[in-house]
Amino acid sequence: MDLRYTPEYDEFRREVRRFLEANWPLTGAQAKLAEAERIMVFRDLATEQGYLYRSIPRQYGGSEQPQDIFKSKIILEEFTQAGAPHELSGQGAAMLVPTLLECGNDAQKEQFIRPTIRGEMTWAQGYSEPGAGSDLASLQTRAELDGDEWVINGQKIWTSGADQADMMFCLVRTEPDAGKHAGISYLLVDLKVPGIRVRTLKQMTATDEFCEVFFDDARTPAANIVGKRGEGWAVSKATLMHERALIGDSGRMERDLAQLVKLARRAQIGGRPAIEDSSIRQRLAEIQAYVATQTHSGSRMLTATAHGEFAGIVMIMAKLTSTEMSHMMAKLALDLIGDGAFEVPNPIAYSPVEDGTDASWLGNWMWSLGIATAGGTANIQRNIIGERGLGLPKQRVANMGAGKG
Amino acid sequence: MNFSLSEEQKMLQETVRGFVENECPLTRLREIFDGESDYDAALWHGLAEMGLAGLTVPEQYGGAEMEMLELALVAEVLGAGAVPSPFLGHSLATLAIQLGGDDAQKERWLPDLASGTGIATIAMGEAGGCWDPSEWQLDIEDGRLTGAKTYVTSAEISGWIVVSLVGGRLAVVAREANGVKIEPVDSADRTRRSSRVSFENTPAEVLVHPVGERVRDAGLILLAADALGGAWRLVEMSTDYAKTREQFGRKIGEFQAVKHQLANMAIQVEPGRALLWYAAHAFDHIPADAEHSAAMVKSHITDRYTQVSRDAVEIYGGIGLTWECEIHMWLKRALFDRAWLGLPQLHRERAAKLSGW
Repeated sequence: MDLRYTPEYDEFRREVRRFLEANWPLTGAQAKLAEAERIMVFRDLATEQGYLYRSIPRQYGGSEQPQDIFKSKIILEEFTQAGAPHELSGQGAAMLVPTLLECGNDAQKEQFIRPTIRGEMTWAQGYSEPGAGSDLASLQTRAELDGDEWVINGQKIWTSGADQADMMFCLVRTEPDAGKHAGISYLLVDLKVPGIRVRTLKQMTATDEFCEVFFDDARTPAANIVGKRGEGWAVSKATLMHERALIGDSGRMERDLAQLVKLARRAQIGGRPAIEDSSIRQRLAEIQAYVATQTHSGSRMLTATAHGEFAGIVMIMAKLTSTEMSHMMAKLALDLIGDGAFEVPNPIAYSPVEDGTDASWLGNWMWSLGIATAGGTANIQRNIIGERGLGLPKQRVANMGAGKG
Repeated sequence: MNFSLSEEQKMLQETVRGFVENECPLTRLREIFDGESDYDAALWHGLAEMGLAGLTVPEQYGGAEMEMLELALVAEVLGAGAVPSPFLGHSLATLAIQLGGDDAQKERWLPDLASGTGIATIAMGEAGGCWDPSEWQLDIEDGRLTGAKTYVTSAEISGWIVVSLVGGRLAVVAREANGVKIEPVDSADRTRRSSRVSFENTPAEVLVHPVGERVRDAGLILLAADALGGAWRLVEMSTDYAKTREQFGRKIGEFQAVKHQLANMAIQVEPGRALLWYAAHAFDHIPADAEHSAAMVKSHITDRYTQVSRDAVEIYGGIGLTWECEIHMWLKRALFDRAWLGLPQLHRERAAKLSGW
């Protein structure tokens, strides 16, 4: 245990700070650009400097740096501190790009990575279907090869942002006679082509990020398959792992706790600030300890990753533990806002508690249910921890070997 | 930045684990649990031979000069094995003299304690659940003590008792001194039985530095370490049981209700390991965070241990309720870890204050 950084890293941190002081916010003529352009100019600069997209080769628009998880952490900390734009975090940059780097061919990398990480091409994820949720591999949307094009028919659901996105990466059944998992391929589809209809789904928060996507003889080039036919399941595994890493973010928990403390200072119980109430203090302290376990487990996993080691069962727990903490925080928030529960929630998005109004907390209370489900429901996480982590026998399930329906 | 155990630290745990498996297997543990005393001289001398009696003591006094993290790692392994020994009280009493004594006091006591030839224990709690230094009432007048301490472990076999005083000071008392009276409690945790110890005009020597709070913090970390070891052992035992016990023609671990309960137990315990490492590391290296993280880790992990011990009984079913089933020895150890040095709620309130709330 040595929680200090070596002088080399301290120097690196100072270097990042100097860069940020000089370049964010932008100055001169660049400061007058529209916001989206300013962000893009800054990201290009930071990438050129070697701070962003470090694992992506230069030829595809990345900065191609040797893997160094501590440097990555320092960069993230300093960029966050300075309020500077970091890497894009959408489905495309966070999930598709790592998948292409691992499984895509050169032409695909060339075509898709650069525009995706520059935010010029946006993506939706087409995995779940009405009949294929936790049992994702039972999916039925199919694609057949017709000349040099795939023809797609079926329906996807919970495709967040599909109404705004340019493209979709999706899992479809291309080998109807093969086994359940072996019949699936991973395709890239332009969402603006004929035969695709997107319908938004209104959520309980009154927002509509969720979508349904219907395919009716929609076409995509034969070359837009990642990996070989029937390898889609394996290809998708890389992105599922990335998504779990994406959602389990202890920094988010610390920020949420800080907001919760602010709420407890503002809210009143019996005419006094709620934070003076002993039961509220107990609950805050209990949550604080949970958050600390998450933070320090994060450091533990970071070290293990840096040394090329596996930290053990704790590696597969982050998703479920952060879900449980979100529930605890949401419950305490509900007790603090009191009559705020009667009023319509602020329609708010993913990072929810910024303005700290009662309405935003109610929105957060509903949103945290989405976090529990996205990327594998809490109960599926428990199966994974039980079976992969503790080595409990797998549940015997029907139709493991069967193909289509 | 290196948040991990060194090879030496892992080796230390492996060595102690191997010793516990050989010298204190379940059969021996049951004998002691059901026997007349929780003190097994051979077991203690075995631990002392590995250097565990003076792990943190400077080399000049015959110790291994290690840190709180190593001490906590050993406490974790002893907790996993529910090992009966004077380790907890002895470690804290020794640390008290190490941190609070002047050269003469250290010279006088530490070599004997570090070798394990001498055994010491610590007496902090007072009647009515008064564990916090602000609540300590016992005081010394003209070098004499009169009053009582509660739930002192291994008192009857300890040569020295370190007693906490009003204002966070500490004093050393010889067990055989005049006016020391030891009344054993019919203890729930029979691996760490305790006594009420009273003093009547008993001679005592005050340690020059008032390090009561610091030693209390060390105690919080060691209790959390014991709890982590014990709680994870319960997860392992329950998992093993679920892999072998059959109902409805299949292993019960295949049923999601059981699998999910085990997964919930596991996520309650394992993430706490990193918090324990941090709190133990902070004790020696991050003064600003030491008190707060000790309060957090004690309240968090000992609470989880109690809950996990109840969950484990549920996994076992009817057999889990019996004296014959081993689970209850850990369940009672959890009760001790949770209550000794103050309940989780005491330390949560302290953590809240230390956070500026």
